Amino acid sequence: MLAFVLRRIVQSAAVMAVVALIAFALFNFTGDPVASMVGPEATLEERARLRTELGLDRPFWIQFGHFVGNAAQGEFGRSLRQGRKVSALLKERLPATLELSLVAAMLALVVGIPLGVYTALRRNTWLSQLLLAGSLIGVSLPTFLIGILLILVFAVILGWLPSFGRGDTVALGWWTTGLLTASGLKALILPAITLSLFQMTLIMRLVRAEMLEVLRTDYIKFARARGLSDRTIHFGHALKNTLVPVITITGLQLGAIIAFAIITETVFQWPGMGLLFIQAVNFADIPVMAAYLCFIALVFVTLNLIVDLLYYAVDPRLRIERAAAH
Amino acid sequence: MPEAAASAVSDTPAVAGPLREFWQSYAQNRGAIIGVTLVLLLIALALGADFVAPHPPNEQYREFTLTPPMWDEGGSSRFVLGTDPVGRDMLSRLIHGTRLSLVIGFISVAISLVIGVTLGLVAGYFRGLTETVIMRLMDVMLALPSLLLAIAVVAILGPGLANAMYAIAIVLLPHYVRLTRAAVIAEAGKEYVASSKIAGAGTWRLMFNTILPNCTAPLIVQATLGFSSAILDAAALGFLGLGAQPPTPEWGSMLASALEFIQRAPWVVTYPGLAILVTVLAFNLMGDGLRDALDPKLKR
Repeated sequence: MLAFVLRRIVQSAAVMAVVALIAFALFNFTGDPVASMVGPEATLEERARLRTELGLDRPFWIQFGHFVGNAAQGEFGRSLRQGRKVSALLKERLPATLELSLVAAMLALVVGIPLGVYTALRRNTWLSQLLLAGSLIGVSLPTFLIGILLILVFAVILGWLPSFGRGDTVALGWWTTGLLTASGLKALILPAITLSLFQMTLIMRLVRAEMLEVLRTDYIKFARARGLSDRTIHFGHALKNTLVPVITITGLQLGAIIAFAIITETVFQWPGMGLLFIQAVNFADIPVMAAYLCFIALVFVTLNLIVDLLYYAVDPRLRIERAAAH
Repeated sequence: MPEAAASAVSDTPAVAGPLREFWQSYAQNRGAIIGVTLVLLLIALALGADFVAPHPPNEQYREFTLTPPMWDEGGSSRFVLGTDPVGRDMLSRLIHGTRLSLVIGFISVAISLVIGVTLGLVAGYFRGLTETVIMRLMDVMLALPSLLLAIAVVAILGPGLANAMYAIAIVLLPHYVRLTRAAVIAEAGKEYVASSKIAGAGTWRLMFNTILPNCTAPLIVQATLGFSSAILDAAALGFLGLGAQPPTPEWGSMLASALEFIQRAPWVVTYPGLAILVTVLAFNLMGDGLRDALDPKLKR
């Protein structure tokens, strides 16, 4: 157990190191910071002095170490475009992205699991065929297009829901929430559906495949032989055993949802971190880009780690397999 | 090296018997037939874009801005699918966009395939430290959400179509490396490899001529599916303003610039969207069909 945990932590640290290197590379690949800070009339001595002050004359690894040290404390400097501290900017945008992502993940689970169960149990009905065909189309549609189509139908043609923004928000300490106001909830619907659709099809297909697999096993046959009702067999025995992989995948996909929120936020002008990041990319606002990349990678790596450890704790079979493998 | 990989892919189905057998099993899947037909149509459209498109893609007919499609009120048969906000013919731009999307898909998959197969082959053949280094690196790449990785690469290289293709190639890379490595490890222990080795075949010959041709089936499937994800990612990058830049008729960037006109002129949004859907769906259907036909083990 300890070896497994340690190995996973080392792997996570490696991922973070690579991301930090990418983020650090951003600063070096996009021109000379000194040139953009001083005027064209600055003398060579002035440039050299600024270079020493900023620590740019030190070896690459020292600079990188310095960057990592600062990043670990959440310190990424100031936004080039807005002049504010990057950590404050991200903190301000975090609630919008997290609310959107969590609601989308819940939606994907709440709709995806029943659809998956239905398509597995009633395999040959026209509704199942339709749902499966629909899920293939759902996978083939880019997220931003789904968002645009939803805007077209529900905001432009029907006029039921707002097409952009987050509505009114309520401040709870530093956290701002849109979940407590009517306009905030209305504004959340379209982006949440857009973001969840891909995950929904994924979960539906996964639940369906797992259910079909489990329904073929011996203990289901045995349960039938015991005369249990279909309901008990399907939901008490079969579904329960499909949920472990489903929860794992959802946990892993949560990181992907937060990352993919970039597109949804762009379509709906949702004031989250993704929109901040895309604007930063377009304006070459490097501190913001670097901070966002590191932050998302941290979220992703942490989620992966937690899911792996939970999986290990929840599923005793895995422990035995691992023990046998080593 | 790339030549060896490419010829290995094209040589395999060239034999008459297996080809017919393959086609019979492929043709059982109705979706796969639709997929391959659509793909062939799209390729024809892309090759003949200059002849098929009624107008040059970037020609602006200033007096005809936002003309509706011909079957809508106010549309004309001169612009079958209408025009965009600066008066360019939608149909012509979509046709040229087909060429662009297929080229993006082809180049990114090709780069990724050549590098990925080589790395996978090296990892699976030599094992040991080489393998550990390559596979750990791929694990790290897989550990990040694909889109985020692509955006990060574009952010470093700078926005643009070529850089978007490199980014997509990098994102696709780990899949080919892992597939190749797994297939190579499975093949390397078989008797025909041992006999070829005893017969005096060199390392390179063993790797590329003996083992690689027997690992192609999963790679063909993955490459077909890679096409659709490349097209999707390129459209997403274009939409975010990080891929093809205007006035290039790329579907994603067309959609981004059309978004503000959605209320007045929905056709500037729906047709590029439809184009992406049809193309990606075609490659997905073809990929699923190929998987069922080439790799019975993976059949659901």
